[in-house]
Amino acid sequence: MRKVYLDHAATTPVHPEVVEAMLPYFTAKFGNPSNLHDMGREAKNAVEDARGKTAALIGARPEEIFFTSSGTESNNFAVKGLAHANSQKGNHIIVSQVEHFSVLHPVKSLEKAGFKVTQIAPDKQGIIDPEAVAKAITKETVLVSIMHSNNEIGTLQPIAEIGAITKAKGVLFHTDAVASVGWVPVDVQALGVDALSLSGHQFYGPKGAAALFVRKGVRIKPQIEGGVQEDGRRGGTEDVPGIVGLGKAAEIAAAEMPRRGSYLLPLRDKLLQGLQEKISDLIVNGHPTRRLPHNVNVSFLFVEGESMLLFLNMAGIYVSSGSACTSRSLKSSHVLSCIGTDAAAANGTLLMTLGMGTSAEDVDYVIEKLPPIVQRLREMSPLYEDMIKNRKTT
Amino acid sequence: MNRIYLDYNASTPIAPKVLEAMMPYLTSKFGNPSSSHSFGVECRAAIEQARERVANLLGCEASEIVFTSGATESNNMVIKGIAKAAGKGNHFITSQIEHPAVLEPCRHIERFGYKVTYLPVDKYGLVDPDALAKAIMPDTALISIMHANNEVGTIQDIAGLTKIASSRNVPFHNDAAQSVGKISCRVSELGVDFLTVAGHKFYAPKGVGALYIKRGTKLPPMMHGAGHEHGMRPGTENLASIVGLGAACELAMPLLESEGPRQKKLGQRLFEGLKRAGLNVHLNGHPEKKLPNTWNISFEGHDAAAVMEALGKDIAVSPGAACHGDTVNASHVLVAMGVPDKLSRGAIRFSLGRETTEAEIDTVVEKLKQNLKGK
Repeated sequence: MRKVYLDHAATTPVHPEVVEAMLPYFTAKFGNPSNLHDMGREAKNAVEDARGKTAALIGARPEEIFFTSSGTESNNFAVKGLAHANSQKGNHIIVSQVEHFSVLHPVKSLEKAGFKVTQIAPDKQGIIDPEAVAKAITKETVLVSIMHSNNEIGTLQPIAEIGAITKAKGVLFHTDAVASVGWVPVDVQALGVDALSLSGHQFYGPKGAAALFVRKGVRIKPQIEGGVQEDGRRGGTEDVPGIVGLGKAAEIAAAEMPRRGSYLLPLRDKLLQGLQEKISDLIVNGHPTRRLPHNVNVSFLFVEGESMLLFLNMAGIYVSSGSACTSRSLKSSHVLSCIGTDAAAANGTLLMTLGMGTSAEDVDYVIEKLPPIVQRLREMSPLYEDMIKNRKTT
Repeated sequence: MNRIYLDYNASTPIAPKVLEAMMPYLTSKFGNPSSSHSFGVECRAAIEQARERVANLLGCEASEIVFTSGATESNNMVIKGIAKAAGKGNHFITSQIEHPAVLEPCRHIERFGYKVTYLPVDKYGLVDPDALAKAIMPDTALISIMHANNEVGTIQDIAGLTKIASSRNVPFHNDAAQSVGKISCRVSELGVDFLTVAGHKFYAPKGVGALYIKRGTKLPPMMHGAGHEHGMRPGTENLASIVGLGAACELAMPLLESEGPRQKKLGQRLFEGLKRAGLNVHLNGHPEKKLPNTWNISFEGHDAAAVMEALGKDIAVSPGAACHGDTVNASHVLVAMGVPDKLSRGAIRFSLGRETTEAEIDTVVEKLKQNLKGK
């Protein structure tokens, strides 16, 4: 049976060249980078090489890259670290309503600690209006954190425009680019951001290796303290193989970057068009053009997402219902509810994210297998029956 | 000459069986454990199996284990978490010889108005139980004392210390980063409420650790996000490394009894050999109550740099502790133990491992005999 993995937003496989780059650091080159002897130096050099490659992918300087254990840690580090280090200026933070929980929940903890928070609502396609951010900024504002692209609906935010505003107003700007880096060009200079989160396993690097870019000169409080690793900003023996893997993934992404978009976009559109042609009553969530090239997020009315997932799984198709990181909780997606998707439609939502290993045949296979599943589930749905009756009478 | 690595307390290689267990999760089984399709389900099962294996080694329930990115994170989680839950002004007790991953979070909370008592140690590096009993105050929120010291290997009488703590209802955290996998660390015997585990100190990968949290003990999370690790530690799990940590625990269990005595004998061979070679050496730390693999030796009349030069670049050891290797200040551990300056300056930590052989030890002795004696 064909196996089609369309859940690259949840996690990607590790690129074979990445695994190959990591392996020596699991075995022969196992030194602790803090050591002065040759084994330590060899590990330290590998970490610094990876820092350079990670920096190059996003147009940063190596000394502006701090390695962490996950996108979640990077976001916690950015939000709490920047807010606390700059609280002499004020206590107001601006975020969007559609941020990942690893931004929203740290913000909530800051709120408990006395910070004031403004949450900007997106439009129906998930876009945050830069003007709304500009209006929300006060003299007390220390930090704006708006994600580069949404992990569920794939909407790309006007980060550079927001960056111009925050720069003019002298407010720090963090962007969670975990869903974007490796899929679309991301350049910290062009975006005008002061901090940016990225995560290895989202673009063919290993899980457990991520980074935070912090612009030189920006003050940030460490969250994990101990040894003086990462320039004293993040304690703990470095995950050398993981970091080497992240560096390699960054190098590959930088080399492939123009091709990734041009490879994925036609496949994404083919999948979307194929489903639209064969299935009625579906809503495409997110923005039609300002979206990640590999992201398809569709609500199938009168169907339950988890059931679709089960049938698709049996057909060898692996997708996600709503956001991967929270799919184990049955609460519906806060992102869909923020863009005005009603609960019933949200319930029938599938997130399909393509990858560089996805072929046109894979897409054809999904277009062949999904419509009958939707049809079969709809035939079992009393809501669907009612709807058909109503349509006939009106 | 082949390289001789005697710095296993800094980091160990990954055991071949550990890497073997990890490989599928770096290649074909790459799912996100939170995904509900079969890629996710098989990864979730692997994580839960690893949790069982860690729990087996520590003698606790799987549900009492939270995976972290390493010992530093585990230590930060406990100290800052308890501080947050207890509220400002409360009192903490630790020792002067803790790892920076405990000392730095303690200094952090001090800056926010908490009081911290740093208990002294005797010349062997042992904390006096009576001193602990006297230090406990009505508002003491946590005691954090390490199991085995990373530099000198001295093992604290944790069971004795936790008796005092529990009689006064104070939770006890034990940084066991350096002891797990080297000696028996059963949480019920130790009587601890929190215990820190570091993967890369016992043949699991870097970038993974764990925290034992006794059932029923309250600890607010340090990071906030989605609901991973029962909300205790959000972030997509470091799948392959967690599997590696589990495999390393399983591997360590039967080796505790054989490797300990073997490495202890090798260490004695080293120390006795150096003495017989006519070098004026002193053992730092407790002669008996110490990790069998850790031999912190002062070379009187030489500083550490000279000893390392004598060893040559193919023999890897640490002067003082690895994690603050960039600075050449006297080790805070040796200072706390009252080791005189003339000895602490010449202290070298030899830490042995499963791959260490008699021949390697003899080579080291021979090298130092040739290059150091008479200088």
